[in-house]
Amino acid sequence: MSDIKLPIYLDYSATTPIDPRVAAKMAECLTIEGNFGNPASRSHSFGWAAEAAVDLARQQVADLINADPREIVWTSGATESDNLAIKGAAHFYRKKGNHIITMKTEHKAVLDTCRQLEREGFEVTYLDPQENGLLDLEVLKAAVTDQTILISVMHVNNEIGVIQDIEAIGEIAREKRIIFHVDAAQSSGKVDIDLEKLKVDMMSFCAHKTYGPKGVGALYVRRKPRVRLEAQMHGGGHERGMRSGTLATHQIVGMGEAFRIAGEEMATENERVRMLRDRLYNGLNNMEEVYVNGDLDHRIAGNLNISFNFVEGESLIMALRDLAVSSGSACTSASLEPSYVLRALGRNDELAHSSIRFTIGRFTSAEEIDYTIDLVRAAVQKLRDLSPLWDMYKDGIDLNSVEWVAH
Amino acid sequence: MAYSEKVLDHYENPRNVGVLEDDLSVGTGMVGAPACGDVMKLQIKVNGDGIIEDAKFKTYGCGSAIASSSLVTEWVKGKSLDEAAEIKNTQIAEELALPPVKIHCSVLAEDAIAAAIDNYRNKNQ
Repeated sequence: MSDIKLPIYLDYSATTPIDPRVAAKMAECLTIEGNFGNPASRSHSFGWAAEAAVDLARQQVADLINADPREIVWTSGATESDNLAIKGAAHFYRKKGNHIITMKTEHKAVLDTCRQLEREGFEVTYLDPQENGLLDLEVLKAAVTDQTILISVMHVNNEIGVIQDIEAIGEIAREKRIIFHVDAAQSSGKVDIDLEKLKVDMMSFCAHKTYGPKGVGALYVRRKPRVRLEAQMHGGGHERGMRSGTLATHQIVGMGEAFRIAGEEMATENERVRMLRDRLYNGLNNMEEVYVNGDLDHRIAGNLNISFNFVEGESLIMALRDLAVSSGSACTSASLEPSYVLRALGRNDELAHSSIRFTIGRFTSAEEIDYTIDLVRAAVQKLRDLSPLWDMYKDGIDLNSVEWVAH
Repeated sequence: MAYSEKVLDHYENPRNVGVLEDDLSVGTGMVGAPACGDVMKLQIKVNGDGIIEDAKFKTYGCGSAIASSSLVTEWVKGKSLDEAAEIKNTQIAEELALPPVKIHCSVLAEDAIAAAIDNYRNKNQ
Protein backbone atom coordinates (compact mmCIF):
# COMPACT_ATOMS: atom_id res chain seq x y z
CA MET A 1 0.00 0.00 0.00
CA SER A 2 2.94 2.28 0.68
CA ASP A 3 3.79 2.66 -3.01
CA ILE A 4 0.44 4.24 -3.84
CA LYS A 5 0.72 7.87 -4.83
CA LEU A 6 -1.83 10.08 -3.09
CA PRO A 7 -4.27 11.58 -3.81
CA ILE A 8 -5.76 8.93 -6.08
CA TYR A 9 -7.40 10.35 -9.19
CA LEU A 10 -10.90 8.90 -9.61
CA ASP A 11 -12.52 11.75 -11.53
CA TYR A 12 -11.96 10.67 -15.14
CA SER A 13 -15.40 11.97 -16.16
CA ALA A 14 -14.32 15.47 -15.14
CA THR A 15 -11.23 15.27 -17.27
CA THR A 16 -8.42 12.88 -18.13
CA PRO A 17 -4.68 13.39 -18.19
CA ILE A 18 -3.27 13.58 -21.70
CA ASP A 19 -1.84 10.24 -22.81
CA PRO A 20 1.96 10.62 -23.16
CA ARG A 21 1.70 9.42 -26.78
CA VAL A 22 -0.73 12.27 -27.46
CA ALA A 23 1.45 14.84 -25.72
CA ALA A 24 4.41 13.77 -27.88
CA LYS A 25 2.44 14.35 -31.10
CA MET A 26 1.20 17.72 -29.87
CA ALA A 27 4.71 18.84 -28.98
CA GLU A 28 5.71 18.35 -32.62
CA CYS A 29 3.35 21.14 -33.67
CA LEU A 30 4.56 24.10 -31.64
CA THR A 31 8.04 25.48 -32.25
CA ILE A 32 10.04 26.74 -35.22
CA GLU A 33 11.50 23.26 -35.66
CA GLY A 34 8.02 21.77 -35.63
CA ASN A 35 4.79 21.84 -37.61
CA PHE A 36 3.70 25.32 -36.47
CA GLY A 37 2.17 26.68 -39.69
CA ASN A 38 -1.34 27.95 -40.22
CA PRO A 39 -3.35 25.20 -41.89
CA ALA A 40 -5.15 27.89 -43.88
CA SER A 41 -1.93 29.18 -45.47
CA ARG A 42 -2.09 28.04 -49.10
CA SER A 43 1.11 29.63 -50.38
CA HIS A 44 3.88 27.69 -48.66
CA SER A 45 4.93 24.36 -47.27
CA PHE A 46 4.43 25.40 -43.61
CA GLY A 47 0.72 25.76 -44.27
CA TRP A 48 0.55 22.59 -46.35
CA ALA A 49 2.24 20.53 -43.63
CA ALA A 50 -0.13 21.88 -40.99
CA GLU A 51 -3.10 21.19 -43.23
CA ALA A 52 -1.91 17.61 -43.74
CA ALA A 53 -1.67 17.11 -39.98
CA VAL A 54 -5.18 18.49 -39.50
CA ASP A 55 -6.49 16.26 -42.30
CA LEU A 56 -4.95 13.20 -40.67
CA ALA A 57 -6.54 14.11 -37.33
CA ARG A 58 -9.89 14.65 -39.05
CA GLN A 59 -9.60 11.16 -40.51
CA GLN A 60 -8.66 9.71 -37.11
CA VAL A 61 -11.69 11.26 -35.42
CA ALA A 62 -13.96 10.16 -38.28
CA ASP A 63 -12.58 6.61 -38.08
CA LEU A 64 -13.50 6.20 -34.41
CA ILE A 65 -17.15 7.01 -35.15
CA ASN A 66 -17.36 5.56 -38.67
CA ALA A 67 -18.05 8.90 -40.34
CA ASP A 68 -16.73 10.78 -43.36
CA PRO A 69 -13.93 13.23 -42.48
CA ARG A 70 -15.87 15.94 -44.31
CA GLU A 71 -18.53 15.59 -41.62
CA ILE A 72 -16.16 16.74 -38.85
CA VAL A 73 -16.15 20.42 -37.78
CA TRP A 74 -13.44 21.41 -35.29
CA THR A 75 -14.54 23.42 -32.28
CA SER A 76 -13.11 24.46 -28.91
CA GLY A 77 -14.86 21.63 -27.06
CA ALA A 78 -18.15 19.90 -26.44
CA THR A 79 -19.79 23.03 -25.00
CA GLU A 80 -19.15 24.91 -28.22
CA SER A 81 -20.24 21.89 -30.27
CA ASP A 82 -23.52 21.73 -28.36
CA ASN A 83 -24.08 25.46 -28.85
CA LEU A 84 -23.30 25.28 -32.56
CA ALA A 85 -25.49 22.23 -33.10
CA ILE A 86 -28.54 23.36 -31.15
CA LYS A 87 -28.55 27.08 -31.92
CA GLY A 88 -27.27 26.50 -35.44
CA ALA A 89 -30.01 24.02 -36.34
CA ALA A 90 -32.76 25.88 -34.46
CA HIS A 91 -31.93 29.12 -36.24
CA PHE A 92 -31.63 27.47 -39.65
CA TYR A 93 -34.86 25.47 -39.40
CA ARG A 94 -37.00 27.93 -37.44
CA LYS A 95 -39.34 28.41 -40.41
CA LYS A 96 -40.20 24.69 -40.13
CA GLY A 97 -41.14 24.87 -36.46
CA ASN A 98 -40.17 26.23 -33.08
CA HIS A 99 -40.23 23.18 -30.80
CA ILE A 100 -37.20 21.43 -29.30
CA ILE A 101 -37.13 18.30 -27.13
CA THR A 102 -34.38 17.47 -24.67
CA MET A 103 -33.96 15.85 -21.24
CA LYS A 104 -33.71 17.22 -17.71
CA THR A 105 -30.51 15.26 -17.14
CA GLU A 106 -28.57 16.84 -20.01
CA HIS A 107 -25.32 18.70 -19.45
CA LYS A 108 -25.65 22.43 -18.76
CA ALA A 109 -24.14 23.12 -22.18
CA VAL A 110 -27.34 21.74 -23.69
CA LEU A 111 -29.79 22.97 -21.03
CA ASP A 112 -28.52 26.53 -20.93
CA THR A 113 -28.42 26.68 -24.72
CA CYS A 114 -32.06 25.57 -24.79
CA ARG A 115 -32.93 28.20 -22.17
CA GLN A 116 -31.40 30.82 -24.42
CA LEU A 117 -33.51 29.60 -27.34
CA GLU A 118 -36.60 29.84 -25.12
CA ARG A 119 -35.75 33.51 -24.59
CA GLU A 120 -35.62 33.83 -28.38
CA GLY A 121 -39.15 32.44 -28.66
CA PHE A 122 -38.56 28.70 -29.12
CA GLU A 123 -40.51 26.21 -27.06
CA VAL A 124 -38.52 23.52 -25.28
CA THR A 125 -39.77 20.32 -23.65
CA TYR A 126 -37.49 18.92 -20.94
CA LEU A 127 -38.27 15.22 -20.54
CA ASP A 128 -37.96 13.40 -17.23
CA PRO A 129 -35.84 10.25 -17.25
CA GLN A 130 -37.06 7.04 -15.69
CA GLU A 131 -35.80 6.21 -12.21
CA ASN A 132 -32.80 4.45 -13.75
CA GLY A 133 -31.83 7.56 -15.72
CA LEU A 134 -32.90 6.20 -19.10
CA LEU A 135 -35.35 7.88 -21.46
CA ASP A 136 -38.69 6.15 -21.96
CA LEU A 137 -39.18 6.13 -25.75
CA GLU A 138 -42.95 6.35 -25.38
CA VAL A 139 -42.53 9.55 -23.40
CA LEU A 140 -40.38 10.91 -26.20
CA LYS A 141 -42.89 9.95 -28.89
CA ALA A 142 -45.69 11.60 -26.93
CA ALA A 143 -43.73 14.85 -26.71
CA VAL A 144 -43.26 15.20 -30.48
CA THR A 145 -45.50 17.79 -32.18
CA ASP A 146 -45.74 18.96 -35.78
CA GLN A 147 -43.63 21.92 -34.68
CA THR A 148 -40.72 19.79 -33.39
CA ILE A 149 -37.53 20.52 -35.32
CA LEU A 150 -34.84 19.19 -32.99
CA ILE A 151 -34.28 16.44 -30.43
CA SER A 152 -31.13 16.62 -28.29
CA VAL A 153 -30.30 13.67 -26.03
CA MET A 154 -26.90 12.89 -24.58
CA HIS A 155 -25.26 9.54 -25.26
CA VAL A 156 -23.70 9.00 -21.82
CA ASN A 157 -24.62 11.00 -18.75
CA ASN A 158 -21.69 12.71 -17.08
CA GLU A 159 -22.86 12.10 -13.50
CA ILE A 160 -24.35 8.63 -13.53
CA GLY A 161 -22.76 7.18 -16.68
CA VAL A 162 -25.95 5.69 -18.11
CA ILE A 163 -26.06 5.07 -21.86
CA GLN A 164 -29.17 6.25 -23.71
CA ASP A 165 -30.54 4.16 -26.57
CA ILE A 166 -29.60 6.65 -29.29
CA GLU A 167 -30.19 4.03 -31.99
CA ALA A 168 -33.88 3.81 -31.09
CA ILE A 169 -34.22 7.56 -30.55
CA GLY A 170 -32.64 8.11 -33.97
CA GLU A 171 -35.24 5.89 -35.63
CA ILE A 172 -38.04 7.91 -34.06
CA ALA A 173 -36.47 11.21 -35.04
CA ARG A 174 -35.74 10.17 -38.63
CA GLU A 175 -39.24 8.78 -39.15
CA LYS A 176 -40.68 12.11 -38.08
CA ARG A 177 -38.03 14.07 -40.02
CA ILE A 178 -36.72 15.74 -36.90
CA ILE A 179 -33.02 16.65 -36.55
CA PHE A 180 -31.35 14.54 -33.86
CA HIS A 181 -28.36 15.88 -31.92
CA VAL A 182 -26.34 13.79 -29.46
CA ASP A 183 -23.86 15.11 -26.90
CA ALA A 184 -21.22 12.37 -26.94
CA ALA A 185 -18.63 14.12 -24.77
CA GLN A 186 -18.67 11.26 -22.26
CA SER A 187 -19.00 8.34 -24.67
CA SER A 188 -16.23 8.62 -27.25
CA GLY A 189 -13.68 5.91 -26.64
CA LYS A 190 -15.98 4.20 -24.15
CA VAL A 191 -18.97 3.12 -26.26
CA ASP A 192 -18.96 1.96 -29.88
CA ILE A 193 -20.30 4.68 -32.17
CA ASP A 194 -21.14 3.84 -35.77
CA LEU A 195 -22.62 6.83 -37.57
CA GLU A 196 -23.20 4.78 -40.71
CA LYS A 197 -25.80 2.88 -38.72
CA LEU A 198 -27.02 5.41 -36.16
CA LYS A 199 -29.58 7.90 -37.39
CA VAL A 200 -27.87 10.75 -35.62
CA ASP A 201 -27.61 14.06 -37.48
CA MET A 202 -25.17 15.91 -35.24
CA MET A 203 -22.85 14.68 -32.51
CA SER A 204 -20.70 16.70 -30.09
CA PHE A 205 -17.25 15.53 -29.01
CA CYS A 206 -14.37 16.77 -26.95
CA ALA A 207 -10.81 15.53 -26.60
CA HIS A 208 -10.12 15.93 -22.89
CA LYS A 209 -12.37 13.15 -21.65
CA THR A 210 -10.57 10.73 -23.94
CA TYR A 211 -6.93 11.41 -22.92
CA GLY A 212 -6.57 14.33 -25.32
CA PRO A 213 -6.08 18.03 -24.58
CA LYS A 214 -8.62 20.47 -23.17
CA GLY A 215 -9.73 23.26 -25.48
CA VAL A 216 -10.54 21.21 -28.58
CA GLY A 217 -13.60 19.34 -29.70
CA ALA A 218 -15.59 18.52 -32.79
CA LEU A 219 -19.10 18.54 -34.12
CA TYR A 220 -20.17 15.80 -36.48
CA VAL A 221 -22.60 17.22 -39.06
CA ARG A 222 -24.23 14.64 -41.33
CA ARG A 223 -23.91 15.04 -45.10
CA LYS A 224 -26.50 12.45 -46.18
CA PRO A 225 -29.23 13.44 -45.54
CA ARG A 226 -27.67 16.84 -45.33
CA VAL A 227 -27.99 18.89 -42.16
CA ARG A 228 -27.67 22.67 -42.37
CA LEU A 229 -26.52 24.98 -39.62
CA GLU A 230 -26.35 28.68 -39.10
CA ALA A 231 -22.81 29.56 -38.03
CA GLN A 232 -22.41 30.96 -34.54
CA MET A 233 -18.82 32.17 -35.05
CA HIS A 234 -18.17 34.37 -38.08
CA GLY A 235 -14.85 35.16 -39.70
CA GLY A 236 -12.57 33.56 -42.25
CA GLY A 237 -15.02 30.90 -43.34
CA HIS A 238 -13.06 27.98 -41.92
CA GLU A 239 -14.69 24.56 -41.54
CA ARG A 240 -16.92 25.09 -44.59
CA GLY A 241 -18.29 28.28 -43.08
CA MET A 242 -19.69 26.53 -40.03
CA ARG A 243 -16.97 27.60 -37.60
CA SER A 244 -14.49 30.34 -38.37
CA GLY A 245 -11.21 30.74 -36.54
CA THR A 246 -7.63 29.63 -37.18
CA LEU A 247 -7.34 25.91 -36.56
CA ALA A 248 -5.23 25.02 -33.51
CA THR A 249 -3.01 22.42 -35.15
CA HIS A 250 -1.42 21.06 -31.95
CA GLN A 251 -4.82 20.69 -30.25
CA ILE A 252 -6.41 19.05 -33.26
CA VAL A 253 -3.45 16.70 -33.74
CA GLY A 254 -3.80 15.78 -30.07
CA MET A 255 -7.48 15.01 -30.44
CA GLY A 256 -6.81 12.91 -33.54
CA GLU A 257 -4.11 10.86 -31.83
CA ALA A 258 -6.25 10.46 -28.70
CA PHE A 259 -9.16 9.16 -30.78
CA ARG A 260 -6.84 6.85 -32.76
CA ILE A 261 -5.59 5.30 -29.53
CA ALA A 262 -9.16 5.06 -28.22
CA GLY A 263 -10.21 3.15 -31.32
CA GLU A 264 -7.34 0.69 -30.97
CA GLU A 265 -7.52 0.14 -27.23
CA MET A 266 -11.17 0.66 -26.35
CA ALA A 267 -12.14 -3.02 -26.17
CA THR A 268 -9.31 -4.11 -23.86
CA GLU A 269 -9.44 -0.90 -21.85
CA ASN A 270 -13.19 -1.22 -21.25
CA GLU A 271 -12.70 -4.73 -20.00
CA ARG A 272 -9.98 -3.69 -17.56
CA VAL A 273 -11.86 -0.61 -16.36
CA ARG A 274 -15.06 -2.58 -15.89
CA MET A 275 -13.19 -5.12 -13.77
CA LEU A 276 -11.90 -2.31 -11.54
CA ARG A 277 -15.33 -0.70 -11.32
CA ASP A 278 -16.93 -4.01 -10.34
CA ARG A 279 -14.21 -4.51 -7.75
CA LEU A 280 -15.05 -1.10 -6.28
CA TYR A 281 -18.78 -1.79 -6.45
CA ASN A 282 -18.42 -5.16 -4.73
CA GLY A 283 -16.23 -3.61 -2.07
CA LEU A 284 -18.81 -0.98 -1.17
CA ASN A 285 -22.17 -2.46 -2.03
CA ASN A 286 -22.32 -4.83 0.93
CA MET A 287 -22.48 -1.90 3.34
CA GLU A 288 -25.87 -0.96 4.76
CA GLU A 289 -27.98 1.71 3.07
CA VAL A 290 -25.94 2.32 -0.06
CA TYR A 291 -27.70 3.04 -3.33
CA VAL A 292 -26.28 3.03 -6.85
CA ASN A 293 -27.62 5.98 -8.83
CA GLY A 294 -28.62 5.12 -12.39
CA ASP A 295 -28.94 1.87 -14.27
CA LEU A 296 -26.01 -0.47 -13.62
CA ASP A 297 -26.31 -2.43 -16.88
CA HIS A 298 -26.77 0.38 -19.40
CA ARG A 299 -23.74 2.20 -18.10
CA ILE A 300 -20.17 2.93 -19.14
CA ALA A 301 -17.53 0.71 -17.59
CA GLY A 302 -15.75 3.38 -15.57
CA ASN A 303 -18.60 5.04 -13.66
CA LEU A 304 -19.88 4.27 -10.18
CA ASN A 305 -22.23 6.85 -8.68
CA ILE A 306 -23.30 5.77 -5.25
CA SER A 307 -25.17 7.33 -2.32
CA PHE A 308 -24.30 6.57 1.29
CA ASN A 309 -27.50 7.25 3.17
CA PHE A 310 -27.31 9.33 6.39
CA VAL A 311 -23.87 10.70 5.49
CA GLU A 312 -23.53 14.20 4.09
CA GLY A 313 -21.52 14.40 0.89
CA GLU A 314 -19.21 17.28 1.67
CA SER A 315 -18.09 15.84 4.97
CA LEU A 316 -17.50 12.56 3.16
CA ILE A 317 -15.41 14.31 0.51
CA MET A 318 -13.47 15.89 3.38
CA ALA A 319 -12.83 12.47 4.88
CA LEU A 320 -11.77 11.27 1.46
CA ARG A 321 -9.13 13.94 0.97
CA ASP A 322 -6.80 11.29 -0.42
CA LEU A 323 -9.25 10.66 -3.26
CA ALA A 324 -10.14 12.96 -6.13
CA VAL A 325 -13.87 12.31 -6.58
CA SER A 326 -17.02 14.35 -7.20
CA SER A 327 -20.14 14.69 -5.07
CA GLY A 328 -23.74 15.53 -5.85
CA SER A 329 -23.84 17.35 -2.54
CA ALA A 330 -25.06 20.92 -2.62
CA CYS A 331 -22.11 22.13 -0.64
CA THR A 332 -19.60 21.06 -3.27
CA SER A 333 -21.35 22.83 -6.12
CA ALA A 334 -21.24 26.51 -6.94
CA SER A 335 -25.03 26.71 -7.01
CA LEU A 336 -25.56 25.27 -3.50
CA GLU A 337 -28.23 23.00 -5.01
CA PRO A 338 -27.93 19.22 -4.87
CA SER A 339 -27.36 17.46 -8.18
CA TYR A 340 -30.18 18.22 -10.62
CA VAL A 341 -29.46 14.93 -12.36
CA LEU A 342 -30.09 12.88 -9.22
CA ARG A 343 -33.15 14.98 -8.43
CA ALA A 344 -34.51 14.23 -11.92
CA LEU A 345 -34.18 10.50 -11.18
CA GLY A 346 -36.52 11.08 -8.25
CA ARG A 347 -33.78 10.72 -5.64
CA ASN A 348 -34.66 12.64 -2.48
CA ASP A 349 -32.47 15.48 -1.28
CA GLU A 350 -30.78 13.36 1.38
CA LEU A 351 -29.61 10.75 -1.08
CA ALA A 352 -28.57 13.41 -3.57
CA HIS A 353 -26.56 15.12 -0.82
CA SER A 354 -24.82 11.86 0.05
CA SER A 355 -23.74 10.82 -3.43
CA ILE A 356 -20.19 10.28 -4.61
CA ARG A 357 -19.16 9.82 -8.24
CA PHE A 358 -16.16 7.58 -8.78
CA THR A 359 -14.90 7.51 -12.36
CA ILE A 360 -12.14 5.11 -13.26
CA GLY A 361 -9.82 5.32 -16.25
CA ARG A 362 -6.71 4.37 -18.14
CA PHE A 363 -4.23 4.94 -15.30
CA THR A 364 -6.24 3.49 -12.40
CA SER A 365 -4.73 0.41 -10.71
CA ALA A 366 -6.28 -2.42 -8.71
CA GLU A 367 -4.17 -1.36 -5.69
CA GLU A 368 -5.72 2.10 -5.88
CA ILE A 369 -9.22 0.59 -5.93
CA ASP A 370 -8.49 -1.58 -2.88
CA TYR A 371 -7.07 1.41 -1.03
CA THR A 372 -10.19 3.40 -2.00
CA ILE A 373 -12.54 0.72 -0.69
CA ASP A 374 -10.85 0.67 2.73
CA LEU A 375 -10.80 4.45 2.92
CA VAL A 376 -14.46 4.89 1.95
CA ARG A 377 -15.71 2.20 4.30
CA ALA A 378 -13.83 3.72 7.24
CA ALA A 379 -15.00 7.25 6.40
CA VAL A 380 -18.65 6.27 6.03
CA GLN A 381 -18.50 4.39 9.33
CA LYS A 382 -16.92 7.34 11.09
CA LEU A 383 -19.51 9.79 9.78
CA ARG A 384 -22.41 7.49 10.54
CA ASP A 385 -21.15 7.23 14.12
CA LEU A 386 -21.44 11.02 14.15
CA SER A 387 -24.83 11.15 12.44
CA PRO A 388 -28.06 11.64 14.41
CA LEU A 389 -29.94 10.42 11.31
CA TRP A 390 -28.11 7.11 11.42
CA ASP A 391 -29.13 6.69 15.09
CA MET A 392 -32.74 7.45 14.19
CA TYR A 393 -32.64 4.98 11.32
CA LYS A 394 -31.19 2.34 13.66
CA ASP A 395 -33.99 3.08 16.14
CA GLY A 396 -36.51 2.43 13.39
CA ILE A 397 -37.67 6.04 13.07
CA ASP A 398 -39.05 7.00 9.66
CA LEU A 399 -37.21 10.24 8.83
CA ASN A 400 -40.08 11.34 6.61
CA SER A 401 -42.40 11.32 9.62
CA VAL A 402 -40.20 13.77 11.55
CA GLU A 403 -41.10 17.45 11.61
CA TRP A 404 -37.79 19.10 10.89
CA VAL A 405 -36.96 22.59 12.05
CA ALA A 406 -35.81 23.82 8.67
CA HIS A 407 -33.76 26.97 8.58
CA MET B 1 -12.62 24.63 -0.48
CA ALA B 2 -9.89 25.24 2.05
CA TYR B 3 -10.79 24.63 5.68
CA SER B 4 -9.21 26.40 8.63
CA GLU B 5 -6.89 24.47 10.94
CA LYS B 6 -9.49 24.60 13.70
CA VAL B 7 -12.27 23.19 11.52
CA LEU B 8 -9.99 20.38 10.44
CA ASP B 9 -8.98 19.67 14.04
CA HIS B 10 -12.59 19.44 15.24
CA TYR B 11 -13.54 17.39 12.20
CA GLU B 12 -10.65 14.95 12.66
CA ASN B 13 -11.01 14.77 16.46
CA PRO B 14 -14.57 15.73 17.29
CA ARG B 15 -15.09 16.42 21.02
CA ASN B 16 -17.96 14.99 23.02
CA VAL B 17 -19.58 12.84 20.38
CA GLY B 18 -22.36 10.72 21.76
CA VAL B 19 -25.74 10.47 23.38
CA LEU B 20 -26.76 11.26 26.97
CA GLU B 21 -29.16 9.00 28.83
CA ASP B 22 -32.42 10.88 28.76
CA ASP B 23 -33.76 12.02 32.14
CA LEU B 24 -34.99 15.25 33.72
CA SER B 25 -31.48 16.67 33.98
CA VAL B 26 -30.90 16.38 30.22
CA GLY B 27 -32.05 18.86 27.59
CA THR B 28 -32.01 17.85 23.92
CA GLY B 29 -32.11 20.15 20.93
CA MET B 30 -32.29 18.99 17.34
CA VAL B 31 -32.18 21.58 14.57
CA GLY B 32 -31.82 21.61 10.81
CA ALA B 33 -33.27 19.24 8.22
CA PRO B 34 -31.84 16.41 6.13
CA ALA B 35 -33.09 18.04 2.95
CA CYS B 36 -30.96 21.11 3.73
CA GLY B 37 -27.89 18.96 4.25
CA ASP B 38 -27.43 19.47 7.99
CA VAL B 39 -29.02 18.23 11.21
CA MET B 40 -27.49 18.98 14.60
CA LYS B 41 -28.42 17.22 17.82
CA LEU B 42 -27.05 18.79 21.01
CA GLN B 43 -27.63 17.47 24.50
CA ILE B 44 -26.79 19.16 27.79
CA LYS B 45 -26.77 17.68 31.29
CA VAL B 46 -27.53 20.22 34.01
CA ASN B 47 -26.55 19.68 37.66
CA GLY B 48 -28.37 20.77 40.83
CA ASP B 49 -26.67 24.18 40.76
CA GLY B 50 -27.99 24.90 37.27
CA ILE B 51 -24.60 24.42 35.66
CA ILE B 52 -24.10 22.43 32.44
CA GLU B 53 -21.80 19.63 33.55
CA ASP B 54 -21.80 17.58 30.37
CA ALA B 55 -22.67 18.02 26.70
CA LYS B 56 -22.80 15.62 23.75
CA PHE B 57 -23.55 16.04 20.07
CA LYS B 58 -24.25 14.19 16.87
CA THR B 59 -24.26 16.02 13.56
CA TYR B 60 -25.14 15.16 9.99
CA GLY B 61 -23.62 17.84 7.82
CA CYS B 62 -20.53 19.34 6.27
CA GLY B 63 -17.19 19.65 8.06
CA SER B 64 -18.03 23.15 9.28
CA ALA B 65 -21.30 21.95 10.80
CA ILE B 66 -19.51 19.13 12.60
CA ALA B 67 -16.81 21.51 13.84
CA SER B 68 -19.38 24.09 15.00
CA SER B 69 -21.27 21.56 17.07
CA SER B 70 -18.10 20.01 18.46
CA LEU B 71 -16.90 23.46 19.52
CA VAL B 72 -20.12 24.43 21.32
CA THR B 73 -20.08 21.23 23.38
CA GLU B 74 -16.75 22.43 24.75
CA TRP B 75 -17.97 25.98 25.28
CA VAL B 76 -21.22 25.22 27.10
CA LYS B 77 -19.63 22.94 29.68
CA GLY B 78 -19.27 24.66 33.04
CA LYS B 79 -21.63 27.47 32.05
CA SER B 80 -25.01 28.29 33.56
CA LEU B 81 -27.99 28.10 31.20
CA ASP B 82 -28.11 31.89 30.92
CA GLU B 83 -24.41 32.07 30.14
CA ALA B 84 -24.69 29.31 27.53
CA ALA B 85 -27.62 31.11 25.90
CA GLU B 86 -25.34 34.08 25.33
CA ILE B 87 -23.01 32.21 22.97
CA LYS B 88 -23.49 33.89 19.61
CA ASN B 89 -23.02 32.46 16.15
CA THR B 90 -20.54 35.23 15.37
CA GLN B 91 -18.23 33.96 18.13
CA ILE B 92 -18.40 30.44 16.72
CA ALA B 93 -17.77 31.65 13.18
CA GLU B 94 -14.84 33.76 14.35
CA GLU B 95 -13.26 30.99 16.41
CA LEU B 96 -13.46 28.53 13.49
CA ALA B 97 -12.69 31.15 10.81
CA LEU B 98 -15.75 30.04 8.83
CA PRO B 99 -16.06 31.46 5.31
CA PRO B 100 -19.27 33.39 4.46
CA VAL B 101 -20.97 30.38 2.80
CA LYS B 102 -20.57 28.42 6.03
CA ILE B 103 -21.96 31.02 8.44
CA HIS B 104 -25.26 29.10 8.51
CA CYS B 105 -23.42 26.26 10.30
CA SER B 106 -22.63 28.59 13.22
CA VAL B 107 -26.22 29.84 13.22
CA LEU B 108 -27.38 26.26 13.45
CA ALA B 109 -25.07 25.64 16.40
CA GLU B 110 -26.47 28.69 18.22
CA ASP B 111 -29.99 27.42 17.49
CA ALA B 112 -29.05 24.00 18.84
CA ILE B 113 -27.95 25.50 22.18
CA ALA B 114 -31.21 27.44 22.44
CA ALA B 115 -33.26 24.35 21.56
CA ALA B 116 -31.46 22.21 24.17
CA ILE B 117 -31.96 24.87 26.88
CA ASP B 118 -35.65 25.25 25.94
CA ASN B 119 -36.11 21.50 26.13
CA TYR B 120 -34.46 21.33 29.57
CA ARG B 121 -36.56 24.21 30.90
CA ASN B 122 -39.81 22.76 29.54
CA LYS B 123 -39.08 19.46 31.25
CA ASN B 124 -38.28 21.15 34.56
CA GLN B 125 -41.01 23.77 34.82
